Amino acid sequence: MSKKNKITIVILLLIVALLIFVPLFALKEAEFGGSDDAGSVMIEQINGTYEPWFTPVLENWLGRELPGEIESLLFCVQTGIGVGILAFCMGRFVERKKWENK
Amino acid sequence: MFNKKKCAVFLAVLLTAVFAVMPVSYAMHIMEGYLSAKYCVAWGVIALPFIIWGMFSIKKILETNHKNITLLAMSGAFIFVISSLKIPSVTGSCSHMTGTGLGAVLFGAAPMAVLGLIVLLFQAILLAHGGITTLGANTFSMAVAGPFLSFAVYNICKKCHFNKKVSVFLAAFLGDIFTYCITSIQLAIAYPSQNGGIMASAVKFLGVFAPTQFPLAVIEGILTVIIIIALQTYAMPEMKLINFIKEEV
Repeated sequence: MSKKNKITIVILLLIVALLIFVPLFALKEAEFGGSDDAGSVMIEQINGTYEPWFTPVLENWLGRELPGEIESLLFCVQTGIGVGILAFCMGRFVERKKWENK
Repeated sequence: MFNKKKCAVFLAVLLTAVFAVMPVSYAMHIMEGYLSAKYCVAWGVIALPFIIWGMFSIKKILETNHKNITLLAMSGAFIFVISSLKIPSVTGSCSHMTGTGLGAVLFGAAPMAVLGLIVLLFQAILLAHGGITTLGANTFSMAVAGPFLSFAVYNICKKCHFNKKVSVFLAAFLGDIFTYCITSIQLAIAYPSQNGGIMASAVKFLGVFAPTQFPLAVIEGILTVIIIIALQTYAMPEMKLINFIKEEV
């Protein structure tokens, strides 16, 4: 990887980190709930109270709401699957390039 | 297990995944149960042709050259990672990105319909995020509308001889924003405002999503550019196979 690209990537990553952490530190009062939930609040404003007519299938099977910790576990599983595949393929590419150059 | 077998297994899994939910298929960012049945069915019907088109185009991509599977898998994995990360935004609420821009830029928009659907299913069934009933609507916004816009933006930028990194950034950025515009419109159609109708309602929903999504769309654009830089450095042969890099051949 050329030096110029390396520098670009580092700068871009810094911008990403700033974009993520600045709101976190700047807005001390905010709850950081999901904007999907903000959507349902909006629906209630427009439409009066609204009762969802279908509950998520997993909650049906469980008979209760998915516990918060389990939800973050499943989100991590999703991230893990993705990162695993990306890292595996990227690793292969990087090694291959190394051998090609020899 | 590398060539046809793997391909067959992959497609079989995709097919079963799609058809297993067909009977109940009435999406992701719209919450489960928040669209009435007629809209669920309608959006499902609209999204379905794109999914079938997507499956054919994936088949064609793999038939053209089986090596394409690596990049295709990576595009799918990118959606998995990106859409699982909930990121705090300037408005004080969290949202997540779509990640479909990368694949749309690499392979065109159609295959993204299928990859996006897989992620949406995962989230709808396991995470109670989005939902089975709203699968059609969410597939349309995240896996169809977003990628198609990304693809269009990328090609327009290419015609105008924009810098490749800038084009990729714009494609991913606008695709992400567009996904949420479509979601707002979908919600607005289902919940027209009592005074002002659909448009007034759409503006309200956009008011919720747009400010939150804007910085995230920037992040998505940047991450997509980083992946593209990495691929251009290390995966030259694959990038040439899918004609992503042509001029430099």
